[in-house]
Amino acid sequence: MLEELGTNDQGDMIINIGPQHPSTHGVLHLVITLNGETVKKVEPHLGYIHRSIEKMCESLSYRQFIYVTSRMDYLSSHINNHGCALCVEKGLQIEIPARAQVIRVLMDELTRLASHLLWWGALAMDLGAFTPFFYSFREREMINELMEDTCGARLTMNYIVPGGVMMDLHPDFQRKVKEFLRLFKSKIHEYDDLVTGNIIFQNRTKGVGYISREDAISYGCTGPTGRGSGLSCDIRKLYPYEIYDQLQFDEVIETDGDSWARYKVRVGEMMQSMRIIEQLIDNIPEGEFQAKTKAVLKLPKGDFYTRVETARGELGVYIVSEGGSTPYRIKFRSPGFSNLSALDHMSRGGKIGDLMATMGTLDLVIPDIDR
Amino acid sequence: MFIKEYFKTIYLTVSSLLKGMKTTGYYFTHQKEIITEQYPEVRPVLAERFKGEVIMPHNEANEHSCTGCQACEIACPNGTIKIVTKNEINAEGKKKKAIDTFVYHLELCTMCNLCVVACPSDAIIMANNYEHSVFDRREFTKVLNNPGSKIMEGIE
Ligand code: SF4
Ligand code: SF4
Repeated sequence: MLEELGTNDQGDMIINIGPQHPSTHGVLHLVITLNGETVKKVEPHLGYIHRSIEKMCESLSYRQFIYVTSRMDYLSSHINNHGCALCVEKGLQIEIPARAQVIRVLMDELTRLASHLLWWGALAMDLGAFTPFFYSFREREMINELMEDTCGARLTMNYIVPGGVMMDLHPDFQRKVKEFLRLFKSKIHEYDDLVTGNIIFQNRTKGVGYISREDAISYGCTGPTGRGSGLSCDIRKLYPYEIYDQLQFDEVIETDGDSWARYKVRVGEMMQSMRIIEQLIDNIPEGEFQAKTKAVLKLPKGDFYTRVETARGELGVYIVSEGGSTPYRIKFRSPGFSNLSALDHMSRGGKIGDLMATMGTLDLVIPDIDR
Repeated sequence: MFIKEYFKTIYLTVSSLLKGMKTTGYYFTHQKEIITEQYPEVRPVLAERFKGEVIMPHNEANEHSCTGCQACEIACPNGTIKIVTKNEINAEGKKKKAIDTFVYHLELCTMCNLCVVACPSDAIIMANNYEHSVFDRREFTKVLNNPGSKIMEGIE
């Protein structure tokens, strides 16, 4: 009888996780078909936080629409702003002052560091360890304070604007970044002791949520999710923007394709981000922080596409312009959407407890998926 | 063989757990290094650039530097600012546009700073207050120019 139940489709249990569940990090709704404890199917249901950002942007001018994009992937808002600013600049064909370029890259890398720190704490919390969350937030708070000093906000910055950056760096910025790097380096051993070296954590992530390189390509996985499967997809390396081609850093690639590999990629990326910041922090060129632009920006008729590497993967910004002061159509290719689509493939056949580990290492930000 | 592996795993697990607990224990015994702030008893020190609210500074003579040019109203992405202008007769008897009321809807503002950047005469700035809750939402609609205020001398 029991065996029959297990094999019979009718006997499968269907449960809902979310839209309000602590481990979905937002309003993600998963409909899971379970056979006992084994996951048979995962169906993400979207739309709970859809704000129609793309449509909203059509009625905003090229200066105004940037601030909305901070609210897509709010953990890498600088990088979203950056992508949009790059796309507008491509249309306007303006050169950005060297100082602004360095500031932009510095801010991007600090954001990436902060985002990965939050992910690290949240992943450990998903797997049942509550303490690491506070440790990562302690360091993240220092980055947030840096941002607050210069940009005046902690999450939704609207700092990188077409033509450069909105304000100059705070006079204390360099000193505080160096202090942060020194402190963070002295604390890394705590991270290793708490999570990375923990056998329970390793056993719960190794071999869990496997996706092969070919599947990662066909699902469009980018960022650490793609790189955990051995796919070289770092936009900073492949299509360098700003000054990334002059910087020394490695693209972190792991080939195992499981949650542990994705974990190692992200931890490795934090180290690479620090390397980039160290290279730049003493070499910020003097000069203007913003190029001279017209009061009303008008893009020529045509379409423009740029891509940047956010903390979660590749963000594409596509603008179609009719020559007016507002875009005709804007489309964002967000990394979270494609990464989420692979969740079903990754967790099929695994246990429901492993689903949380897989989801944690995908580092989903729901407003980025829904937009 | 299997038994040996089994006990080895248990040993590794417990030892790695204890290693993690050592870190936790360190902070338990070194309470000075804990950085949690006891809000609201301890007030946080905010950055000077923190974007909390748009305000219009006035000097001692109750004068501001807003000309009523409406650049901020145009720059604002979500209609937070409404500027009502009036015509003033200046000393030479000429008509001149001046500001009557500067209406600011705090509940719509996203603190994007675009209005502050757009203002040609630096009449508005960002203030760093952050406790904005009120009992009635009408209190969110603010008039930024003080009653009876005038424009400063020499600002066009
Ligand atoms: S800060 Fe932004 S949203 Fe607020 S009033 Fe100024 S332009 Fe409008
Ligand atoms: S605040 Fe500045 S931009 Fe707005 S109306 Fe006054 S002078 Fe013009």
